[in-house]
Amino acid sequence: MGTRGYRYNTSHSESGPGDGGRTGSWRVQRPVLNTELCTPARRGTEACFICWLYCPDCVISRSIPPTIDYEYCKGCAICAEECPTKAITMVDEADRPPDDEEPTACSYEGPRPCT
Amino acid sequence: MHIIENGNVAAALGVKLAGAQVIAAYPITPQTPLTEKLSELIEAGEMQAQYVPVESEHSALAACIAASSTGARAFTATSANGLLYMHEQIHWAAGARLPIVMCVVNRAVGAPWCIWNDQQDSISQRDTGWIQMYACDHQQIIDGVLKAFSLAEATSIPVMVCYDGFLLSHTYMPFVVPEEEKVARFLKPFKPSYALDPDNPANLNTVTLPDIRMDVTGEMAHGYMEIRYLLQEDLRGALTVAQRIEDEFKAVFGRGGDALLEPYRCDDAEYVVVGMGSLTYQLRDVVETLRGEGLKLGVLGVRLYRPFPDEALAEAVRHTRGVFVIEKAVSYGYEGALCSDVKAALYGRLADGNSGRDDSGDGSNRGRTGGAPFVRGLIAGIGGRDIRTADLTDTLRTAMKGTLPDGPRWIGLKL
Repeated sequence: MGTRGYRYNTSHSESGPGDGGRTGSWRVQRPVLNTELCTPARRGTEACFICWLYCPDCVISRSIPPTIDYEYCKGCAICAEECPTKAITMVDEADRPPDDEEPTACSYEGPRPCT
Repeated sequence: MHIIENGNVAAALGVKLAGAQVIAAYPITPQTPLTEKLSELIEAGEMQAQYVPVESEHSALAACIAASSTGARAFTATSANGLLYMHEQIHWAAGARLPIVMCVVNRAVGAPWCIWNDQQDSISQRDTGWIQMYACDHQQIIDGVLKAFSLAEATSIPVMVCYDGFLLSHTYMPFVVPEEEKVARFLKPFKPSYALDPDNPANLNTVTLPDIRMDVTGEMAHGYMEIRYLLQEDLRGALTVAQRIEDEFKAVFGRGGDALLEPYRCDDAEYVVVGMGSLTYQLRDVVETLRGEGLKLGVLGVRLYRPFPDEALAEAVRHTRGVFVIEKAVSYGYEGALCSDVKAALYGRLADGNSGRDDSGDGSNRGRTGGAPFVRGLIAGIGGRDIRTADLTDTLRTAMKGTLPDGPRWIGLKL
């Protein structure tokens, strides 16, 4: 009955990445960052971060250079569209070289404060 | 204390006594006086609750879903097209297992526009996973609201308390207002199985996948199918819980007792007429008239429509020759939904080979040799068409004598 509790009879979980599954597997195209064109990477300073700002899944880090968590990136291509220096290009997953290592490790280290 | 009031006020007083904490509703005839009464009670300080005026019924139930998720006792009410406007949220409240209580003041559904009573609105919501109770008089409305909160919170399933628009909502009759100290004994304070807590954020009703999956804590989490199966299982179990709560209510208040079905002169009945709502009390007059003519008829009122009390119903009509189902709703393209449910309850449970069939060939049922009773569906009162007791009496007399013509029969149709 209902006494078995909320956790048992509804979809309920602690917030955290992967709650809806490893969504990286949904991706058809992956965003690849060219650090020669990326503003913070090129300047070596905290700048731009438009990709970090626009990513709807918060899988791009606010770091130099920005990194993309492919475990959860769904490949929506918003970052590639928004990047002012066209440093991000979308590459078909099917065209990925067979020896390209599948990322498995999750970089998540707990909730990030909003900045 | 006895008072004389209308059915909407009975419902409002029940909601007040139940200690509902959040009311969100949008006015629609014939429900409007119910929510007006609640807003008056809150405005006057007689009821401690948050009244949320919303811009639609969809928002009304969404607000109740949010309130219930925080652990508040939430109530809403609507009718007809307002109920249909809620439809998406009605499914949501059940899937989210929130013990919301809603009064449905039964009204015909447009098009064409019609404000008068039938039961098409709530019947059309029968597959949403809510519990549906049907009240026959004002006492059952006010008591029903209290039982509904108890049942909803015991099962984590939302409950609709349905009562006939105008026939009950706007008519005045005497009823007992439950005493507060007895209510306190019957309805315990709401202890939610989960309440939103900003300090401990959680995801509610997140995307489920076709299969089970590991959640972020490493535990296996149910898929959609498991969660929906549990809703169905708990709804079937709610038949037992509803009767237990009814028994608890009777122990405290000394009235009631029939949570699932309300029989009237069924013990020795050769025929039973099945219905829901105020119609079943009107049918008692028909029973008295026909009994006076030597025709052994009984009435079986379906008080709990979902979950459907199939076993109890089959047992109640086991020894009868025939069952007539009179209802104020149609599953368009087939027959009355209640009629189909009654047939399904009997099929396999009482059927005895072909012996339950009428083999006379003339539709008279005289050829029946035993087994399950036949079931005959009748439609009445669509869009508030007056249901005259004399018409019911004539129809049932003809039906019991086996001379009712075949085919769909709408009592009171003027074509």
